[in-house]
Amino acid sequence: MNAWFSVFTALVAVIALVLLAMLGVETIGLKSIFGVIIPYVAFVIFFVGVAYRIIGWAKVPVPFRIPTTGGQGKSLPWIKASYTDAPWTTLGVILRMALEVLLFRSLFRNTKAEVREGPRITYASAQWLWLAGILFHYSFLTIILRHARFFFENVPSFVEMLSSVDGFFQILVPTLFLSDLAFLAAVTYLFLRRVVLPQMRYISLPADYFPLFLIGGIGISGVLMRQVWKVDLLKVKELTMGWFTFHPVVPEGLGTIFYVHVFLVSCLLAYIPFSKIMHMGGVFLSPTRNLANVNRSERYVNPWNYPVKVHTYDEYEDEFREKMKEAGIPVDKE
Amino acid sequence: MELDKLPKPEEMQIDLTPPESGWMDTPVNMRDGTYSYPAAAKNLKILDMPNPREWSVTADDWKLPQNWQEIILEGFKERLEKYRSFKLFMDICVRCGACADKCHFFIGSGDPKNMPVLRAELLRSVYRKNFSTLGRMLGRFSGSRELTLPVLKEWFYYFFQCTECRRCSVYCPYGIDTAEVTMIGRELLNLVGLNINWVIEPVANCFRTGNHLGIPPHGLIDMWEFMVDDIEDITGIKVDLPVNKKGAEILFVTPSGDYFADPGTYTCMGYLMLFHELGLDYTWSTYASEGGNFGLFTSHEMIKRLNAKIYAEAKRLGVKWIIGGECGHMWRVMHQYMETMNGPADFLEEPVSPITGTKFENSKQTKMVHITEFTSDLIRNGKLKLDPSRNDRFRVTYHDSCNPARAAGLMEEPRYVLRNVVNNFFEMPENSIREHTYCCGGGAGLGNDENLDMRMRGGFPRANAVRHVRDKHDVNRLICMCAIDRATLTALMHYWAPDVEVGGIHELLANALIMEGEHERKLDLRGEPFSGEEEDEDV
Ligand code: HEM
Ligand code: SF4
Ligand code: SF4
Repeated sequence: MNAWFSVFTALVAVIALVLLAMLGVETIGLKSIFGVIIPYVAFVIFFVGVAYRIIGWAKVPVPFRIPTTGGQGKSLPWIKASYTDAPWTTLGVILRMALEVLLFRSLFRNTKAEVREGPRITYASAQWLWLAGILFHYSFLTIILRHARFFFENVPSFVEMLSSVDGFFQILVPTLFLSDLAFLAAVTYLFLRRVVLPQMRYISLPADYFPLFLIGGIGISGVLMRQVWKVDLLKVKELTMGWFTFHPVVPEGLGTIFYVHVFLVSCLLAYIPFSKIMHMGGVFLSPTRNLANVNRSERYVNPWNYPVKVHTYDEYEDEFREKMKEAGIPVDKE
Repeated sequence: MELDKLPKPEEMQIDLTPPESGWMDTPVNMRDGTYSYPAAAKNLKILDMPNPREWSVTADDWKLPQNWQEIILEGFKERLEKYRSFKLFMDICVRCGACADKCHFFIGSGDPKNMPVLRAELLRSVYRKNFSTLGRMLGRFSGSRELTLPVLKEWFYYFFQCTECRRCSVYCPYGIDTAEVTMIGRELLNLVGLNINWVIEPVANCFRTGNHLGIPPHGLIDMWEFMVDDIEDITGIKVDLPVNKKGAEILFVTPSGDYFADPGTYTCMGYLMLFHELGLDYTWSTYASEGGNFGLFTSHEMIKRLNAKIYAEAKRLGVKWIIGGECGHMWRVMHQYMETMNGPADFLEEPVSPITGTKFENSKQTKMVHITEFTSDLIRNGKLKLDPSRNDRFRVTYHDSCNPARAAGLMEEPRYVLRNVVNNFFEMPENSIREHTYCCGGGAGLGNDENLDMRMRGGFPRANAVRHVRDKHDVNRLICMCAIDRATLTALMHYWAPDVEVGGIHELLANALIMEGEHERKLDLRGEPFSGEEEDEDV
């Protein structure tokens, strides 16, 4: 598939979603659909879908213990083994997983190989992807957590704290959050590398651009709502609390931009179970990472192990007995 | 294909920039020198494998069964239900590209479908079409496609252009192991009779005769006795050769490649000398005369069918435990599959070194110890008399074989042995050793002559690192712990770094080993004079 075509289709799809929300709210006035029904449906699809996918994976057996050993395994006591890269204890495995999930350990190993005249290969460290990935995910997380102020009657103190740290540098009024900046910068970087690096352009599908645009759209609409077309936060809270108390209300006076934001979030939620964003659940289940390298010291059972056709020693000796005797090799049957 | 038919190394064209046309629209090009020949029908028949026939990779008609699509999709579905790894790896790749330039075949060929991510996408695209709702609905937009004959041909070409080395899995943020995808991909191909002879012939041989080369028992005796004679010439000592000996304490299993082809034979002689010197109560087996297991390159079922011999023979001979020799993929099987497939081996005992009394705790369940674990323990406990200066002619570097490194974590033991038997040891650059090690380019059944062009390309990153230490430290000996490597790296060095020779660890160990009652040794195991030559007194 042509790369630009992939970018284009994904972009058109996201723009269409934005227009749909604008049209629905402004022209047709379907505020309760966009403000209540669609978010509810999206939540249901999200939770049911994610659970379904994870249960689907968990139900499939892991027939063999196949950790990738990223360091020296445990062997003789005087040989230093790598506790987290080739773990042999449960704690080691948990730490390995934690490093993967929290710090993207494997991605941090990244290097870039280039072939030059000669030919010879040169390597350069390439932690940009790691950095952008970390920024992207952590700013995303921060933003989600900051949203908690809409979901609790009394804003939890850690959210307040987070918000004040996040807004420490009081750029602009109202404060532009660092996480918003980091988030938009990271999404931009992740998008640019996909279109600029020839190899990335080659492997990317519309399904890779679509979530980036969608998430970018959410971010942009969010920042616009904060800095440009300000919305009344009390009304927003009235709406969100309505969702949670199952007495949904649609307050008057929320601008279209708000509905666009909520609609894009709904689309993201509903899209997640069907998409690669499910990687968040997959990390935990990956057999090359979540198993201990105790292959030779502990039994591992394959639930569907079945008998296979083998060539027995008796069959072997029957074929070669005379030759074996001639060569002086002991045999079982004379 | 021969080495001199390839372009000269400095003329090898490599460009990592992908072509203009998208990967789904670029049909596979079966270029001479980059694919392997099909399996002969007779070999498939020995193994009761489907669709035995004579066919050609470059022919239009691959003589597939009428309902081949159905067979493959059925097999696909079955494996999605049996292997969480496979299902997960079909679902969670974000195409971040971290794995792309980690594959030696991509670096050496520039063919974008050798990026691990695209290799896996070859299967994923069909997965999305057939097993994912959204994929079916969105068609090409979701990157899904129909399983057609050209797609199948692509699978064949690229799954036999992956050496299942797992390097990509080290860098993937989710641990997606394209080797696992390739293994399943090859299983699917096997269902309709698409396989390569360089894998299937060894498998058929091993099934019947106990080893990949198809050497019958009396042939093995000849080969081993030949080594015993050579050792006698070199050391003046006639070493023991226990074969199929019931009641021995230890069964020794090693790849058959080391029985007959130089330089592997020297390593094999090294084992004979070491065990003799220790007075070890051990035995070779003619029935379990293969440590390697080309079943690994065929299907999980075939791994089990071949591997069954090891425990069966240990039981028949009544040994207490097993030592395994220097081999790469063998250790993937022994470490990660054997016990699950053919265990528990409760008729064996937890391994204890009879020389040092060391308990090998890490092998207490499989009861199988790696030779370098065994030997490094001997050295650590001062049980061997060694004169490393006998190896002073060699300036040594060490190539980690993929599987011991990335599937077993065996990295320090071989180095410990080496440091004790040579005086000049130099590591290659960090991103090409240990868990980052590069494949020799010819593992997983691809080390055949017809595939030579791709082998030299796939081995290029490894050779590049060797050339680096050669230029910097005058390295002239590349040591590896794998029988396949000893064959493939020899060709690779011949092409890329002609002044570097290849050898094994126990060859150098045996050079340095001062044996009880040896005559004054002037020659190393290859029959070449030691450097200096005045030493030989005890250290
Ligand atoms: C367990 C938690 C998670 C881990 C360990 C994780 C890890 C990663 C990594 C390593 C990447 C590749 C680097 C990159 O492209 O940035 C990535 C990409 C991505 N992640 Fe996550 N992630 C997690 C949770 C999430 C969640 C909750 C979302 C929700 C939206 C998400 C959305 C994405 C997206 C959209 C990309 C693709 C970026 C691109 O296309 O370049 N991730 N993730
Ligand atoms: S590194 Fe992993 S997630 Fe990234 S493209 Fe490769 S296989 Fe996919
Ligand atoms: S397993 Fe090795 S050969 Fe196969 S795709 Fe990964 S890096 Fe390449």
